[in-house]
Amino acid sequence: MNHWLTAPILIPLLGGIIQIFIGYAPISLRRTLALATTVLLLASTIALLALANDGNYRVYAFGNWVPPFGIVLVLDRLAALMLLMTAVLAFFAHLYAIHRADESSRQFHALFLFQLMGLNIAFLTGDLFNLFVAFEVLLIASYGLLMQGSGTERTVPSLHYVVLNLVGSSLFLISVGMIYSVTGTLNMADLAAKVPLVSPEDQPLLQAGGLILLVVFGLKAAILPLCFWLPRAYGNATAPVAALFAVMTKVGFYAIVRVFTLIFGPNAGPLANLGLDWLFVLALATLAMGVIGALGARNLRTLITWQVIISVGTLLAAIGLGTEEGTSAALFYMLNTTWIVGGLFLVVDLVAGQRGSAADRIVTAPKMHNRTFLSVLFLLGAVAAVGLPPLSGFFAKLLILQSATPGPQMGWLWSVLIGGSFFTLIAYSRAGSIVFWRTVEGHISKPAPLTKPVTVAASGLIGMAIAIVLLAGPISAYVDATAAQLFNTSEYLNVLNIPVVAEGL
Amino acid sequence: MELAYALIIGTLTASGIYLVLRARTFPVVVGLTLLSYGVNLFLFATGRLATGGQPIIGSTEQYADPLPQALVLTAIVIGFAMTAFVVVLALRNQADNEDDHVDGRKREIHTDIEEKEESGR
Repeated sequence: MNHWLTAPILIPLLGGIIQIFIGYAPISLRRTLALATTVLLLASTIALLALANDGNYRVYAFGNWVPPFGIVLVLDRLAALMLLMTAVLAFFAHLYAIHRADESSRQFHALFLFQLMGLNIAFLTGDLFNLFVAFEVLLIASYGLLMQGSGTERTVPSLHYVVLNLVGSSLFLISVGMIYSVTGTLNMADLAAKVPLVSPEDQPLLQAGGLILLVVFGLKAAILPLCFWLPRAYGNATAPVAALFAVMTKVGFYAIVRVFTLIFGPNAGPLANLGLDWLFVLALATLAMGVIGALGARNLRTLITWQVIISVGTLLAAIGLGTEEGTSAALFYMLNTTWIVGGLFLVVDLVAGQRGSAADRIVTAPKMHNRTFLSVLFLLGAVAAVGLPPLSGFFAKLLILQSATPGPQMGWLWSVLIGGSFFTLIAYSRAGSIVFWRTVEGHISKPAPLTKPVTVAASGLIGMAIAIVLLAGPISAYVDATAAQLFNTSEYLNVLNIPVVAEGL
Repeated sequence: MELAYALIIGTLTASGIYLVLRARTFPVVVGLTLLSYGVNLFLFATGRLATGGQPIIGSTEQYADPLPQALVLTAIVIGFAMTAFVVVLALRNQADNEDDHVDGRKREIHTDIEEKEESGR
């Protein structure tokens, strides 16, 4: 039992509670405390990643209840990777919010930290019902964050987002109930042990439960028939919130990877690889849909929201291959796409601030004040997102292409992924050339200044594209090990046997 | 008992889904509430239905599973909070758009982009 596992949950929880109580304190104090919380969180996730890197499972049992009965937190390589990815993104998004988004609302920092808490619970939990609770925590914080900012244009997208997610929560509960009624447990390790042993007459119920679960996670991840809420919701959020939301679809992705490799994975007996065929086809369709959306985007913000959907399609297509190599490549791509999309949201907001009433629409406008700097950032982000050499997106997509074994799946994956990348490239070059190269006479009376925090935040996230390339060796070794750990599900079952009483306490 | 219970859950869920698909926010909110009632009852039934059972193994012939009750309690609390939030959001929608249509003003559906272009940001 390792108490440090609670750190990524307790740090934002305490920081958020402090933010609630000091809502009327000077704003500089609130900002300092909020940023300090995020930095602490980042430090704790780095420590946990180092801890998880030895390939062992770490367990924290709440109230010292023995695993199948109590709720456990489980740290493995995948959880640690998700935690670190979220913390890095959150740090830069939070930095960007200082002096901008946080001025309109006293609750911004508290909501932001509670959102992080919900995300971290979702990544650490080893219990299906606790995963539901984590989803609700992060969703209710996200409802609040989505409404940040002035104006009325966010109301309708938020309403759609909330209603959809409430229906999704109902489905989640139904599927959890179905799985519990057959197996009598909700602990993920215990489920993995019991699902292969379910009697044939109970299997259809379990199968239905598992597939409803896939629908719920698909809604969170924004797979094709369930992705149309995303562009309007993300497109209307303030920039740091949209950047943080780049990780929200990855929660759905994470849940799919966790549940459908561990519980309904290759070792699940008669229900092995449940839903995997559907996932691959739907993922490719999502990818194609995202590309069509990106080509039709009329402003930069919408373009980036469709990029979110493209990345979801790419990720799940690689997972849908059902191989260790595919999973490893998907995890590498996930790091790249999450940070780059987050960074692009910030860059687009900076661009919009310098174009007066043209904002982020893809039309000609007077020359921007900091055009060179912003255009270089946008170029780097677009190159990394599309997947051109020499930046990280290229290596990530190359790994995904390499992971396909020859056969019809390979043909579909290669053609859709490469064709999709080509059309995405067209979408980005059209947008970039109109916004940055074509200018009209006139000047913007009051361009938003590029202060140091926003510059650091935007260039930091985009700079991750270079950092990932420089560290490609260690990162790919880590994701390979993660995929190997994921597919060796029998090891995960040892979570049930880990002694829960902490020594020396 | 099982049949009556199943019929109640089915009726609640079906009415809930019908109302969620309506175009005004008020029926949608009521629909979400009915849906969550149906789900709560469903969750409760996953521990099997038993009358006069105790939640301790061996104390009575029929054993009442306590875990679904804990799950239902959590689901009720969360569902209640979410409903409160969606009610506030629906009110704000009505105040902002002077209409309780789920897509805001009906006019806005078609002229969304043009309007934005006129007003800038």
